[in-house]
Amino acid sequence: MTSADLESIYRCESRHILATLIRLLGDVELAEDAMHEAFLAAAEQWPREGMPRNPRSWLISAGRFQAIDVIRRRSRYDAVSQRMARQTAWSHELEVDLEHIPDDDLRLIFLCCHPSLAVDAQVALTLREACGLTTEEIAQAFVARPSAIAQRIVRAKNKIREARIPYELPAPSELPQRVRAVLHVIYLLFNEGYDASHGSALLRTDLCGEAIRLGRLLAGLLPDAEIYGLVALMMFHHARRAARTDRDGNVVLLDDQDRSAWDRAEIAEAEEFLGLALASPKPGRYACEAAIAQVHTAAQRPGETNWDRIVTLYDALLELEPSPIVELNRAAAIAMRDGPEAGLAIIEALGARGQLNDYRFAHAARADLYRRLGRNAQARDAYEQALALTEQEAERRYLIDRLAQLE
Amino acid sequence: MKYACFIYGDDEPLPESEQTKLRDDSIAYHQELKRKGHLVALEALDDADTATTVRRRNGKLSMTDGPFAEVKEHLGGFFILEARDLNEALRLAGDHPAACWDAIEVRPVLDIPKPA
Repeated sequence: MTSADLESIYRCESRHILATLIRLLGDVELAEDAMHEAFLAAAEQWPREGMPRNPRSWLISAGRFQAIDVIRRRSRYDAVSQRMARQTAWSHELEVDLEHIPDDDLRLIFLCCHPSLAVDAQVALTLREACGLTTEEIAQAFVARPSAIAQRIVRAKNKIREARIPYELPAPSELPQRVRAVLHVIYLLFNEGYDASHGSALLRTDLCGEAIRLGRLLAGLLPDAEIYGLVALMMFHHARRAARTDRDGNVVLLDDQDRSAWDRAEIAEAEEFLGLALASPKPGRYACEAAIAQVHTAAQRPGETNWDRIVTLYDALLELEPSPIVELNRAAAIAMRDGPEAGLAIIEALGARGQLNDYRFAHAARADLYRRLGRNAQARDAYEQALALTEQEAERRYLIDRLAQLE
Repeated sequence: MKYACFIYGDDEPLPESEQTKLRDDSIAYHQELKRKGHLVALEALDDADTATTVRRRNGKLSMTDGPFAEVKEHLGGFFILEARDLNEALRLAGDHPAACWDAIEVRPVLDIPKPA
């Protein structure tokens, strides 16, 4: 038994142990402390006495013992904590029920993504409790002060306790809406990592990885077409990560990416998830977006992309989820299928309706189409508008490069 | 655990037929709440322009016309629920017929000492 063994147990088990301790103890903060104490006890005892047969169950029991101590030590030894200590001590006599652990994992995710918490608090809490990131890591990933993130998490935990947000699986009638809330948080996490609009690149890949891990965990626990769709979507994008930037960190657009650098194993797995999502009688928006990503990854060369299918999928997506950003992406696909003028007409119409004027990708897309039509003055103008709205360094370099090529 | 539910709406009156339906549905809903043991208290409020706001500063009482906050949506009534947890309270409040027109703010009630 080495400290590396314990570390790997911590990595694999700590989230499950925390999830179960929250159910047993009824308090997020108490459960966190109890889990850390349990691992400290393990670090002390296991090298001496050997690793227990079932480390997870040992750690849960140890955590529960530690919590009883904490409750007893609390200076305000009131009726509530006495009752809690009695209940906790009593339930310890029962074997730890390992069968319930998958449900506990789900409960923890639904708790962190409860719609009565602010969305940014849901994201921070999910990273902290369901992914096990430290407050400092979360702050780094979101370019925020650790104290701000800590405050966000504390406020959310207070609300869970004070307003009594229960640690339970949603009722079947509420499940679709609650799953949507969870998927929204996972998607935000993934996009934060993928878009790299600011912050350190390394941690951002971790965010994508965490989002996929959570999505897969959810997909394993809850058969739902939109969960499959979102996991497929994230994996199709993630599979291209190595080709998305060059050695200097510059953005490489889809057309110019080295397709041999795409992760074929991940794409194959994404296709399996997409198949599950599309088998549903009513595929949702994530399945639709994943299907679009699939068309791109299926093409051996950019010229072989099936733009007709992509436009059809965007039509379906617009019906499910009408939004100017979807219209913009559809316009770009139409430009590829029918030529730049056709796409440009749609983007210009969007602008005339006052939509997406602050959206950097709308100006960049317009600029690109002007350039392809040889309308260089308009292209320059649009690239400059995009540049003014762009903060991320790699994207800025790309736009500056494009501007220089127009000279 | 008790939760207070505050019903906020704008002062635009509903069409007559909707108004009648909302009132009848609300009466039925309140009866159902009471039957299931969830209803602790229930009151409706007169229009916001009948409100007066008082403050005492440095011993001096001031009164101003109107509700405390200058907002478009006013408190129109409230009810207090007995519920197991927030999920149950939100479910019950979301079933109130007024939720289709107005917004209902659900807040846990703090246990403070009360006169016997």
